[in-house]
Order: sequence, then structure tokens, then C-alpha cells
Amino acid sequence: MIARTPLTGNADPSPTGPLGPGTVAPDFSLPSGPNSTLQLSTLRGRPVILVFYPADWSPVCGDELALFNELLDEFRRYDAELLGISVDGIWCHQAYRDARHLAFPLLADFEPKGAVARAYGVYRDQDGTAERALFVLDTGGVIRWSYVSPVGVNPGADGILSALEALPAPTGASQ
Amino acid sequence: MRERVIEIRPDDHVSGSPNAPVTLVEYGDYECPHCGAAFPIVENIRRRLGDRLQFVYRHFPLTQSHPHAEHAAEIAEAAGERGAFWAMHETLFANQSALDDVSLVAYAQSVGVDPQWAAEALAAGTFAPRVREQFMSGVRNGVNGTPTFFINGRRFDYSLNERVLLATLEDAALANSSS
Repeated sequence: MIARTPLTGNADPSPTGPLGPGTVAPDFSLPSGPNSTLQLSTLRGRPVILVFYPADWSPVCGDELALFNELLDEFRRYDAELLGISVDGIWCHQAYRDARHLAFPLLADFEPKGAVARAYGVYRDQDGTAERALFVLDTGGVIRWSYVSPVGVNPGADGILSALEALPAPTGASQ
Repeated sequence: MRERVIEIRPDDHVSGSPNAPVTLVEYGDYECPHCGAAFPIVENIRRRLGDRLQFVYRHFPLTQSHPHAEHAAEIAEAAGERGAFWAMHETLFANQSALDDVSLVAYAQSVGVDPQWAAEALAAGTFAPRVREQFMSGVRNGVNGTPTFFINGRRFDYSLNERVLLATLEDAALANSSS
């Protein structure tokens, strides 16, 4: 089995609402495929967009992820990494990525179920899924913007782009 | 998210009167089945509201899901350059299952656009920047899927239904006329 890195950071271990700006993003290590894991802290030095969503295959999630997939080049202009996170397992994620041609990682917050969503304050106990929530992290792993959308409403990408624009320009950047 | 005003731009495709009390902006994708389903609804509404409606169509191709959507949008822009945008727009929605490049060039010819010029424009990506600009304007306006409609700048968030859309447009026209 995959060893799970303990959650770290200065966040409340069980926040009651979504973590807000200024909070150190809790670190995590989650499966990104059958033979791979991704640890958030390895992405330090680059902005990170965390996209929590309720479920693979649901109609609104599909539209939301398709839109973000279309915008990967825009996010790359900020050197940002986009990560999708839901409680679905790796095989479900793999089938979903393949079917929708998604070119960014989908992480399985599967066991213990929803642990990462809980750490970010975006787990829906009544449904057993993550909220439809967005977090933009700066290069130091600090949350700079977060947003929770009603589960049935696709939040679009405007908020993410505005948050990326508002990040301080990285030193030594090429543009 | 926050409310916006959508400005009509000089290179927009606009039908109806610029003095109309209500403006409907659609962000659409020619290969999207939901946009195909919306097309006859919008056409009916354009007929029913006549001069009271200004309609603007902008491209929002989701190219990873719809492999032909980008070139379909570009051929519409090419046709627009030759004054045949709306004829092409109608042709594309009427032929959503045949949007390969060969078909697109044939449609160009059918609406009176030089097919060789259209084929070259597609191959060179001549109109790709204009399509991308419209797509990004949609992203920044809060478009989250296709089709997305804005009525006098406000996003229409209900599922598409002719009766509801018409009633919302009528209300918006009335509100604008009396203010």
C-alpha cells in the first residue's frame, strides 16, 4: 500500500469551513495513478490550483474539468500546476481521464476517504464527497484564494485566473 | 460570481437592431450537442422578438472534447470575413455530425465563399487568434460551459427552455424600455 504522508501545516486539523487566504496549504500525498503518487510539497516553487469536485462522470464536474483542461496553456503562463481531487479511486480516475482526454492529474482522496478534503474544510459529510471547491496556492504553498461553488454550479475559471494574476511575479521569471 | 457588463465589440457577429432594448449574447461550440439543441430555440426567439432583440454569437470551442469545434469556429470567422457569417452559422448547426475539414470547405463554397481561400485559411490558422480571443473573453466573463447565454450582460443560469428564455428576454426588454 502507499504510505500516506502526515498532514502538516498550521491549519486546523478539522476546519469547519474552507481554508482561506493566508493559510499554509496542508501537505498531502495521494495516488495519481496505479503506480504513482503525488506529494503537494514537491510542487513548491510553482503556483498550484487545487480543484476539489464531487465525482467523476457527473455532468457538472465534466463541464468544469473540460473547461479547465482547455485552459491548461493559460495556467502554464503562470507556471501553475492544476490538480483535480475527488473521492473516486484510481481506476475510476484513469477511465475518466482517458475518456475525456484530461491532460492534468486526478488524485484519489479515496483511503481514508475524503481525508484531504476534510483537511481543507471542503468535505460534505451528508454526501460523502468533496465540495466543488477551488484553491490557488502561491509558490510557497500558502493559500491565496479559495472558493466554494454550489455543488450544481460550475464555477468557471475566471476566479482562478484573477487569483493567478494577483500572485506576486516569481523572481527570475522569463516573462 | 460578480456581475458583468458585456460590451459589444466591433468584430462581433451581431444580428438585429443596435437600438434593441435587449441583447442576447451566446457563447457556443458548433460541435456541442447542447448548442445544437439551442439553435432552433434561439432562431424562434429571434423571429418572435424581431427588432426588439440584438443577438450576438461568440465562439467557445471546447477542443479537447470536440475535435472539430475549433476549425468549425474558424470557418465561420472566415465566412464572416466574406459577409456570410450567419449563413455559415446556420449550416454548421444543421450539420453537426459532419464537421471534418473537407465538409467545412464544402460548406464555405455552399455559402458563396471561395473554397480554396477558406481551406488555406483553415490550414494557416488565420482566424485562430480571433476564435481564441472570443474564447478567453468568455472565460473572463464567467462562461462555464456551452452554450452560455447573457441577457443584457447578466448570465442566464437556467436550463435552456424556449418559454423561460423568451419570458426572461421580454422582462429584460421591458425593464430596459421603462428605465
